[in-house]
Amino acid sequence: MRAIAAYLPEHPFFAGLDPAALELAAGCAVNVHFRQDDFLFHEGDPADTFYVVRHGRVSIQTRTPVGAVVLDTAHDGDVVGWSWLIPPYRWTFDARATEGTSAIAFDGACLRGKCESDPTLGYALLQRVVQVMSARLYSARVRLLDLYGSDS
Amino acid sequence: MTATEMLPRRFTVTSTRRDTRDTHTLELAALDGKPLAFAPGQFTMLLAFGVGEVPISISGDPARPEVLQHTIRDVGSVSHALATAPPGAVLGVRGAFGTGWGVEDGRGGDLVLVAGGIGLAPLRPAILRAAAARDGFGRVLLLYGARSPEEILYAAEHRAWADAHGIDVQVTVDNGPHAWRGRVGLVTQLVERAEFDARNALALVCGPEVMMRHTARALVDRGVPPERVRLSMERNMECGVGLCGHCQLRELFCCLDGPVLGYDRLAPLMARAEL
Repeated sequence: MRAIAAYLPEHPFFAGLDPAALELAAGCAVNVHFRQDDFLFHEGDPADTFYVVRHGRVSIQTRTPVGAVVLDTAHDGDVVGWSWLIPPYRWTFDARATEGTSAIAFDGACLRGKCESDPTLGYALLQRVVQVMSARLYSARVRLLDLYGSDS
Repeated sequence: MTATEMLPRRFTVTSTRRDTRDTHTLELAALDGKPLAFAPGQFTMLLAFGVGEVPISISGDPARPEVLQHTIRDVGSVSHALATAPPGAVLGVRGAFGTGWGVEDGRGGDLVLVAGGIGLAPLRPAILRAAAARDGFGRVLLLYGARSPEEILYAAEHRAWADAHGIDVQVTVDNGPHAWRGRVGLVTQLVERAEFDARNALALVCGPEVMMRHTARALVDRGVPPERVRLSMERNMECGVGLCGHCQLRELFCCLDGPVLGYDRLAPLMARAEL
């Protein structure tokens, strides 16, 4: 636990949180490791966890009739998953480790409970999740333009 | 302008290579035997006799001016005729035209090259120039975005650039199949994460205009001075010598004042719709 508490301030997602908030967050976290091709979660399953990647690479992907398509990748310092924060708390995509990946897994229900009882922590975490969502939305919108396949 | 600038020289195709689904690289040699010296970033007006003429950036090695190399995407009737020209075919060449990247201005600092799609072709001469004088630069990074793994340009060369010249090559694609183990996402995300000394960096950017606009902003946000961010503006060049005005960007002629221009000059123009 001490190792997680010590690591969190270094992670971009948690940077700037005060020590008390970090301690609260660390109380909901465990270290996890995924081997290459392990799935972190599957589309449709309950979203009860979110991950911060310490080392490795995770693909966010979806299944199609002709095979899986990778929509995004997450790397060292990235966050995987925000469905734990938004009802109905269900994953919308698959997440797969494309190489050996070390991460910190947070219990979403535990963290939601702490956010509800401590609105300052809740706001701080929500701000950070919204930044991640905004970056992913920006990336998706620009890629929708299919810039490299068109004459744009 | 001189008469020779409007008169194409005859070059013969000496070899062709298919790079991706719709992109081919041609090597040409002048029939008069004279090499075509060029600065990295310059372009020629390439003529398929009887079909038409288009501007194409030079993608070859500036240290080998006897070999004119062009990487051409097959997207229209003229580019189709050029891209599929077989060895032995004769093409017309005017130029080299335009401003270059000014790679040497990056000496003593980090050099950051950011390419999108076929935008890697005009940057290849800059990469080769930097590789040949590698000790003069700090970090050299190539941040490259492609549509898919199959459309990564010069993929076979990336490892050589990294291994032989210590260039940090990072590639991302817009989307990938299950088997793809590389990055998926925007090239701007590479800019945000890459390790370089922004204050002393020279950044060279080439790709679709929207991509360049977003990338330039990301570079400036990282701390690269706007005048040290250079973009290649490949507007609708037709004469190549500042006569016809087709490539005009308000007061600038992209063929003459560009194609390589600093973001400090371009930022106000790129912010305007339909300019």
